[in-house]
Amino acid sequence: MESRKTQLWVGVFVVVGILALFFIALRAASGTMTTSGDTYTLYAKFDNIGSLKVRSPVKVGGVVVGRVTNISLSGDYYEPRVEMSISKEYDQFSETSTLSVLTSGLLGEQYLGLEPGFIDDSVDMLEDGDMITDTKSALVLENLIGQFLFSQGND
Amino acid sequence: MIQFLQSIGRQVLDSLAGIGYALAMLMSAIIGKPQPSKSWPLFVKQMYVVGVLSMLIVIVSGLFIGMVLGLQGYTILVDYGAEQSLGPMVALSLLRELGPVVTGLLFAGRAGSALTAEIGLMKATEQLSSLEMMAVDPLRRVVAPRFWAGLVSMPLLALMFSAVGIYGGYLVGSGWLGVDEGAFWSVMQSAVDWQDDLLNGIIKSIVFAFVVTWIALYKGYRAVPTSAGISAATTSTVVTASLAILGLDFILTAIMFGG
Repeated sequence: MESRKTQLWVGVFVVVGILALFFIALRAASGTMTTSGDTYTLYAKFDNIGSLKVRSPVKVGGVVVGRVTNISLSGDYYEPRVEMSISKEYDQFSETSTLSVLTSGLLGEQYLGLEPGFIDDSVDMLEDGDMITDTKSALVLENLIGQFLFSQGND
Repeated sequence: MIQFLQSIGRQVLDSLAGIGYALAMLMSAIIGKPQPSKSWPLFVKQMYVVGVLSMLIVIVSGLFIGMVLGLQGYTILVDYGAEQSLGPMVALSLLRELGPVVTGLLFAGRAGSALTAEIGLMKATEQLSSLEMMAVDPLRRVVAPRFWAGLVSMPLLALMFSAVGIYGGYLVGSGWLGVDEGAFWSVMQSAVDWQDDLLNGIIKSIVFAFVVTWIALYKGYRAVPTSAGISAATTSTVVTASLAILGLDFILTAIMFGG
């Protein structure tokens, strides 16, 4: 009898623990992440990436489609080169797509905004390993102030 | 001078011998031919003693810690108009740090000390030697089920702690202080990654479970078989296990989130 009660309580204990795991996994963590699953890799060169980091999201109109996987300097002029993995679900971006470094909110994290370009017979789709050429760099506050002061001086 | 050097040498040799003995104890306890029919009832019994009886204190402290996090986080975040970040703050601090660490500390105090005292008393009353006389290996019979029970139950306790704590933070933040309910959960979901946060938290709690149970069993098994010796061993379990948890937590955090 004692042993049955013990077994019952251990069963309750294990079930409660697993329920806690499900509660956290479903309620607190986002179960579906686009970078899990099949991805393909794109590259882009910027003049300035601001405070973009590895694992920053890549968004199309606010929807996360991938993540930054690597940031390095490349070429003779040491341009920042960003490597990102995009979900295979979204593999129909044209070569004319533009990529810009944006900020979410006033103080938020920086992310990459991908804007799908026009599609034409002469335009190919981006594939694994392709480079996005049309990019807009991050806004750096000091540069903006500098430009503003410079333009004031001309008046 | 020579005596000083000698005392250093003796201490180092003693602690090395202790580590070696603890390793040997663990190895001979868990390696061997599994006998499910014999060891399963022992394991269930220990799950009850180690896990179920620790459930109440872990759940209650989880609830209160979550509520305090909600309250403290809100009063600071509201200054920046960022009270919607309360959800991720509560969830991330619980899943990454407080869940495994506080559960580990409570587990060392609640279950670890009991394990040490029990095995120490078995040794003092010569129950362990009697088992050996009857050709029953006390390591397999006494130590192994306790070790497995601790290793399985502490991660479950840590999960309960985090879940209840998040719910406590939700109760205070959303129910009392008026953070928008939808924002609380959705911002939390976008900030918490199941691999980075949940999985790393579980790995942490498994490591802590291993260390705490091992220390508790070793201290009990090596206790001086007198009442003073058992008392010293129990104290030493709680102190050593707590220090080990806090030290390991820093190393694990540096590996998991530092890079």
